Amino acid sequence: MASVAHDHPEGLHHQFEDIEQQNETYLVGMWSFLVSEIMFFGALFMIYILYRWKYQPDFYLAHKSLDVMWGGVNTTILLISSFAMVMAVHAAELKKRMNVLKWLTLVQLCAVAFLFIKFTFEWPAKAHHGFVPGVNFSPDPHYLQEMGMQALNVRPAEIFFSLYFGMTGFHALHIIVGILMIGVLMKMWAKKHPLVIHDYIPTELIGLYWHFVDLVWIFLFPLFYLIPN
Amino acid sequence: MSSTVLPPYEGTRVTEEPPENYITAGHTVKSWLLTGDHKRIALLYLFSTAFFFFLGSIAAGLVRIELTRPNGVMLESETYNKMFTAHGVTMIFFFLIPAIPAIFGNFLLPIMIGARDLAFPRLNLFSWYLYMTSGVMLLIVLCLGGVDSGWTFYTPYSSMYSNSQVTLTILAAFIAGFSSISTAVNFIATVHKMRAPGMTWFRLPLFVWSHYATSVIIVLGTPVVAITLFLVVLERTFKLGIFSPELGGDPVLFQHLFWFYSHPAVYIMILPAFGVISELFAAFSRRKIFGYHFIAFSSLAIAALGFLVWGHHMFVSSQSMYQGVVFSLLSFLVAVPSAIKVFNWTATMYKGQVHMRTPFLFALGFIGLFTVGGLTGLFLSSMGTDMHLTNTYFVVAHFHYVMVGGTILGFLGALHYWWPKMFGVMYNEFWGRMSALLVFVGFNVTFLPQFVVGYMGMPRRYHYYYFAPEFQVYNILSTAGASVLAVGFALPVFYLTSSIRKGVKAGANPWGAHGLEWEIPSPPPTANFDRIPIVTDDVYDYESDARRPNIEMIESRTPEQLASTKETH
Repeated sequence: MASVAHDHPEGLHHQFEDIEQQNETYLVGMWSFLVSEIMFFGALFMIYILYRWKYQPDFYLAHKSLDVMWGGVNTTILLISSFAMVMAVHAAELKKRMNVLKWLTLVQLCAVAFLFIKFTFEWPAKAHHGFVPGVNFSPDPHYLQEMGMQALNVRPAEIFFSLYFGMTGFHALHIIVGILMIGVLMKMWAKKHPLVIHDYIPTELIGLYWHFVDLVWIFLFPLFYLIPN
Repeated sequence: MSSTVLPPYEGTRVTEEPPENYITAGHTVKSWLLTGDHKRIALLYLFSTAFFFFLGSIAAGLVRIELTRPNGVMLESETYNKMFTAHGVTMIFFFLIPAIPAIFGNFLLPIMIGARDLAFPRLNLFSWYLYMTSGVMLLIVLCLGGVDSGWTFYTPYSSMYSNSQVTLTILAAFIAGFSSISTAVNFIATVHKMRAPGMTWFRLPLFVWSHYATSVIIVLGTPVVAITLFLVVLERTFKLGIFSPELGGDPVLFQHLFWFYSHPAVYIMILPAFGVISELFAAFSRRKIFGYHFIAFSSLAIAALGFLVWGHHMFVSSQSMYQGVVFSLLSFLVAVPSAIKVFNWTATMYKGQVHMRTPFLFALGFIGLFTVGGLTGLFLSSMGTDMHLTNTYFVVAHFHYVMVGGTILGFLGALHYWWPKMFGVMYNEFWGRMSALLVFVGFNVTFLPQFVVGYMGMPRRYHYYYFAPEFQVYNILSTAGASVLAVGFALPVFYLTSSIRKGVKAGANPWGAHGLEWEIPSPPPTANFDRIPIVTDDVYDYESDARRPNIEMIESRTPEQLASTKETH
């Protein structure tokens, strides 16, 4: 062992021998956490698949009420944010502080835009048409007629919207957590915190999380908005 | 000392004062509640899980008293339902799942692989706070009148009809799930990246292997049940239609998702005990464990197969027959890696020097009880016999043989084996043996009759059995056994706590055992190792080191000799 106990450089925690070990351990920890996240969403996707199988015609009719345009815009926004995150991590590796901050700002703007579209254009429209699942679930008949959805059965439609709000809501929650984490990260970069300045790994870890959140949306978008009859 | 090499000391050794250890490192309450030390967090878990074990035992005791008469004794039907639910929820989520990993895994895993701490000490502390938060929520539930859905929370009863505290209980279980996920992520990262130089994968003690397999199951399974239970809460609170047939949902889907976690959860509870038993057999037979690789890989095989057998809980839940056949076959397959372990443990004793000490008595008890539990599982995984036995006391007896006979005996074995390491003192051997004996006898008297009465047709979770008074004699036997069992469980509380005050000082290695945790002082210093060790010898390498003292040699030493750790080598 080359290193001597209790003679640790800055940013190295006491339980690690050197910075490489610490970085690798953090990466393994993050990936393990992401595996558990996959299982979280995996259970929801499983429920979606089973009910889609059981109520295929109703799911098709119900999906017509989703706005592919806004969904597509949001998908594009998240893809841009993923690109910005890649560039931020790259800049962190090169220790270009201002570039990191620039790209992370773009990520934050994208994330906020995504939530803004979801919570102002998408969800309220569903509520307006009476699609909020629960005791008050009563789709507006005029709207159904207008969209050619008269044949929609109430119970399967409610399950569709339970899953829609549940899964996109759970995803939105992850976006919010991401915004908070990236905010902390930006503050650390802005204040030249040694943890992020000396090493790109903290940036990389949050990047991994962010890519995961984007990837979930890449599955959610076709499942809810796109699948044809 | 074995061939494991510790780099030489550079400073002078101070022998007058006892060296500072993790217990004496700080005396304030804050130094405990905000600690990052894995050993202190392990002790926090020890006391908190012990409390919930006590709570769950009281509920079990009330159930047993109630069943001594065919018409019941003192509880109303609803109270009875709340009691068995309280027993199940407390024991499973607050004792069996966290007990061995969060106490002994936390304490020993970093030491066994030669690390100073777990990878994420703050996450480790956070997991304890999550555990305590959910524990307090459970206490609130009990104060508000309890919950009556059974620990399985089957829909639609739990989501639509039950008038008890289902929501809060489920949220408590949800939070407890995050506590175990935190611990599991910590273990995985630690085992992958923090092993000491020379500590290859196949030099890892089997305790570490089984905790690794457990962590994999936790990471893969717990999120599924967490989200499923959360959906039950949503359905109950907002009437979202997910599982309730009235709302177009499918109640069997809940069972699928629930058992997708909760069957592997059985292995979350038993695999750490397997790890403990492997350590005990090697140490008290003083032999290299027989079939090391087979035991290591059978843990992983159990982790993998465990995810493919959940349907055997649902043979009578309108599952298709063909599905049932597949699940039945896969369930039989799990018996193979489990049997490999049992055969290898018993083979380890062959030509070994067997020392019948308290920890090993628990290990032997484990072998007997777990084997019965495992084999009766085969009755339940074959569809024909399961039709008759499902939802009877046969099932209750089966899983208590695995969970109590397996996990709790493993837990007690671990407690008695590593107690000298954790607190630096030896407990009273006589009372230890008495406890092992009482637990073994009491357990069998409690649960053997339940196999019989279950086979005769007594349903589980029933309050009365006035329709079949011939069941009474078995129930009385069971309750009598439970009383003996209670004494067996209570004894360690007394002799272990008194050992802290007046027990004989244990040296670094009171059992003459092999392993990194026995190379450092008892109790260990906060940093575990002065220098990170370099491992050069094989795991359980008892034979090649003829000078290694055995238990008798260590016990014939004077206390002064014992106190000096270096002299044992």
